[in-house]
Amino acid sequence: MRPLLKALIAATCLAASGGAALSQSTIRIGLAEDPDVLDPSLARTYVGRIVFASLCDKLFDIDEKLNVVPQLALSHATSDDGKQVTIKLRPGVKFHDGEPMDAAAVKYSLERHMTMQGSFRRPELSSVDKVEVVDPLTVRLDLKAPFSPLIAQLTDRAGMMVSPKAAAEAGDKFGQKPICAGPFKFVERVQQDRIVLEKHADYWNKANIHFDRVVFQPIVDSTVRLANLRSGQLDLIERALATDIKEIRANPKLKLASVVELGYQGVTMNIDNKDAGKTSLGQDPRVRQAFAAAIDRKAINEVVFNGEFVPGNQWISPENPYFQQSFPVPGRDVEKAKKLLKESGVKLPVTVDFMVPNGPETRQVAEVIQAMTAEAGFDVKIRVTEFATSLIQAEQGNYQAYMLAWSGRTDPDGNSFIFHACNQPQNYGKYCNKDVDALLTEARAKNGIEARKPIYEKATKILQEEGSVLYLYHRKVLIAHSDKVDGYRQMPDGLVRLTGTKFK
Amino acid sequence: MTAVPVNAVQSVPDAIESPGRRAWRRLKARKSALFGLVVIVLLVIMAVFAPQIAPYDPIKQSWTLVRKAPSAAYWFGTDEVGRDLLSRIIFGARASLSAGVISVGIAILAGVPLGLLAGYAGGWVDGVIGRLTDAMLAVPFLILAIALAAFLGPSLGNAMIAIGVTATPIFVRLTRGQTLSVKNEDYVEAARAVGNPPIRIAVRHILPNILPALMVQATLTIATAIIAEASLSFLGLGQQPPLPSWGSMLNSAQRFLSNAPWMAVWPGLAIFITVISFNLLGDGLRDALDPRSK
Amino acid sequence: MLSLIGKRLLQLIPTVFFVSVIIFSLQQLLPGDPALIMAGEEKDPEVIEQIRKQYRLDQPVPVQYLYWMKGVLSGDLGESMRIKVPVADLVMEKLPVTLQLATMAMIIALVIGVGLGVVSAVKQGRAIDYAVNVFGLIGISTPNFWLGIMMIFFFAVHLGWLPASGYVSPFDDFWASMKTTIMPAFVLGNSIAGVLMRHTRSAMLQAMSSDYVRTARAKGLSEKVVIIKHAMRNALTPIITLGALEFGTLLSGAVLTEQIFTIPGFGKLIVDAVFNRDYAVVQGVVLVTATTYIVLNLLADIGYILVNPRLRG
Repeated sequence: MRPLLKALIAATCLAASGGAALSQSTIRIGLAEDPDVLDPSLARTYVGRIVFASLCDKLFDIDEKLNVVPQLALSHATSDDGKQVTIKLRPGVKFHDGEPMDAAAVKYSLERHMTMQGSFRRPELSSVDKVEVVDPLTVRLDLKAPFSPLIAQLTDRAGMMVSPKAAAEAGDKFGQKPICAGPFKFVERVQQDRIVLEKHADYWNKANIHFDRVVFQPIVDSTVRLANLRSGQLDLIERALATDIKEIRANPKLKLASVVELGYQGVTMNIDNKDAGKTSLGQDPRVRQAFAAAIDRKAINEVVFNGEFVPGNQWISPENPYFQQSFPVPGRDVEKAKKLLKESGVKLPVTVDFMVPNGPETRQVAEVIQAMTAEAGFDVKIRVTEFATSLIQAEQGNYQAYMLAWSGRTDPDGNSFIFHACNQPQNYGKYCNKDVDALLTEARAKNGIEARKPIYEKATKILQEEGSVLYLYHRKVLIAHSDKVDGYRQMPDGLVRLTGTKFK
Repeated sequence: MTAVPVNAVQSVPDAIESPGRRAWRRLKARKSALFGLVVIVLLVIMAVFAPQIAPYDPIKQSWTLVRKAPSAAYWFGTDEVGRDLLSRIIFGARASLSAGVISVGIAILAGVPLGLLAGYAGGWVDGVIGRLTDAMLAVPFLILAIALAAFLGPSLGNAMIAIGVTATPIFVRLTRGQTLSVKNEDYVEAARAVGNPPIRIAVRHILPNILPALMVQATLTIATAIIAEASLSFLGLGQQPPLPSWGSMLNSAQRFLSNAPWMAVWPGLAIFITVISFNLLGDGLRDALDPRSK
Repeated sequence: MLSLIGKRLLQLIPTVFFVSVIIFSLQQLLPGDPALIMAGEEKDPEVIEQIRKQYRLDQPVPVQYLYWMKGVLSGDLGESMRIKVPVADLVMEKLPVTLQLATMAMIIALVIGVGLGVVSAVKQGRAIDYAVNVFGLIGISTPNFWLGIMMIFFFAVHLGWLPASGYVSPFDDFWASMKTTIMPAFVLGNSIAGVLMRHTRSAMLQAMSSDYVRTARAKGLSEKVVIIKHAMRNALTPIITLGALEFGTLLSGAVLTEQIFTIPGFGKLIVDAVFNRDYAVVQGVVLVTATTYIVLNLLADIGYILVNPRLRG
């Protein structure tokens, strides 16, 4: 190599490394997808919530045990009739544009969620009748009916507060430059490339924020995402693969944070959605029970996920306080499956049109299910369907069994009501049972786990027998980061919170 | 080349040799083309007699043998649900070869007549076909294929149709260009002068002349089609599980490139060998069919 | 000749019109309801209704088409449903990235493809011809994602020479930009090089057996001069045409490579938009890339006419 060229390269390398050392501390986070619009009212995606965790604070937050803890609000109190919720706010909080985060701002933000055109928060806040400013640091929510999951809703996007001034000016373009009250403020976004945030100087909890900048980079390919972490291009990645855990643990420079997801993976059965529900699988609970009995949840976990995930049979994982211990996760029982099929008198093999949204892992799970149920007398025809198409086909009842994933909600209501109550939006199989309806509605009006869990137990009993949704397993949220990231704590919702995290 | 004594008596003079015979003689003389042909024939035999050749059932899973490296029992190793990769490669030849050949067949059946029509008729017919072809070529291949495959529904057959339709404009354009260049040659003029109908002229006089170019394009497109099936199955629009295609095998291997690299090696190699064989054969055919060359 | 170019220019209009019709029909072909996808997990019927109204999804397709055409003709490509950003902004944001990557890939393809093609034609039938052919075929038949990930493992993870993925604009930092784009450009260039190599080879073979090369040889010119001055020049025309075609394909067809290397270009944008049923983005971006492709073709044709005087007429 010519000396000049050599010198030039050396100089460039030096400049690059020197520049990095002198620059402010920037944490680079690899996302699995490109988030959608960054407007708390209009946003829909899980990955977007990861960005919001650094950008927009909420009235309340959750801790490791799923307890509601204060964030922008300090406390909440529900009236005896359950129809009034009074919220005390944290004093002295400022939005990124310097505007005060007070009761008027809370009223504005909540009303924006409830009335804005195209807002996805509207159903989440549908129990709220009106929002009243009591004093500058107190708001009162008047409810149409008692609704205990409301506070849990306020720990997520529905509880995110936006600067009224900025939001009024930007209208539906707010998402292009969101102004909230989170630890970091918006700097720039290049679609499919990066989202850059920088430290909010007036943040109420700034003593616990140790980064000057956060850069989110969507890297879809999981292998490449991990490669970026290994080569030091990224400091933290979300959604590592279960099959890569071994490699991450073996690498002394990497650390893994994991927690069982709030959601579940399961199979929705078409009970009464058009003609496809009129088959033996849809009509006879025994056939569905046979299908379930033929499945080895532990083996699925071992084969597809190296045994890293958690087999499950309910809408919440066995680690959740709401898990019903009276219904433990069953093992495989092919004989029972065969017996049930015999009792039901169906002609063997029972063909099942199994719609599977496309994805490498779901596909693999489907193939294993196909092989397992074949031994009991089912002939499962897998139909891998691109996600957008699968949504409309599920809606139209164009399936007998549908592999469905749910990201999960903090409150058990979010994992059950819209799936099992009659004519609810996620009830693709059109399952409808008045008793279940009544129980799920009753649980909504009661406060506290002691009061609600027994109600859910009754509903669980009916649903286990009817088998309208076959629950399979709960993923783990797998966050891998470099060993220089210190003090990272993983909350059960899987989001990445940077409070208290720093570089060593 | 090994010295083969040329038997002057058996060698037929060029003048009375039929074009097919001549092509075959020339093809035989090209070792690389012959190699391609032999490999393709072997692949076809493998696909047809897959049940007899494969050591295991290609869809039989063994959950205790997931992602095992190649061994004496499983020469190519096992896949992500414990199936024998060798058997899946052998059965996968069915899907992948037909994806290549049938979709190109569709493209030729649709594209060549349209190209002949455009080139021969000229005028507004040519204009409309030409602009439509340009427009289709300008829309990204994968987008067209995705839309068609999603519309038709996920299956291997529909993926072939989608790939075939998307590959059609290439053949229209090629045929039209070749038709234009031979249309005014003396022998075509002569055939027209003696009152041959256009279809007869097209089939008897124009088609043979454009065959070499068509062959080369077809072999190249077969390669593209096999890889396109891989892309479509990546999106869930190709071969449906549990049946294998090389493309879908390659795609499921992607997640395991670092901890089970053999899963990607075999389907990659299979695609590579197939594509290379079609290309070598295509090269040989072009030379063999070219009436101008010796 | 001017009239010929004028005629070709006029042909642009129906072609672009057909493109717009094809893109619009695609949205009819794709199953799935954009409003339903937009409505997210809760699927509030009111929200769905609103989205339908806002984006005119409740109107008949020809009406939607006319509205869209009206917008396009006045320079408005519409707005992304998913991220609420004008499509024109997205196009402007991605265009430099895509152009840079495509240009680099094309340079790599031309250097490798034409270079090897000429060598293989000149040494026809010898060992080096076969070697070059096999190399070219490896390029054609190696899936981009596989090569891409292998390169990342080797150059980024193992050797640590290059960043694994991402994109830096050359205007921010030229060397960093080269470092982030060299691997994807090679992957893309490599797959095109094989095609170019094969076509160069056959064009060269044809040129070398033509009368004027024979004449040149007969005149006693050195083999080098014959190859470079006579054969290559004549073989150049199909290479120009093919190069323009491949360049056009690169503008929108680099989907998987862009995904692996996280390059924010057109290909990934379009495919994501298709899967999110973000129609305005699909229509707008495909219209732009398709028009660019058509114009490039036209330029290639004109170039073809310019270097091939016999075709003027």
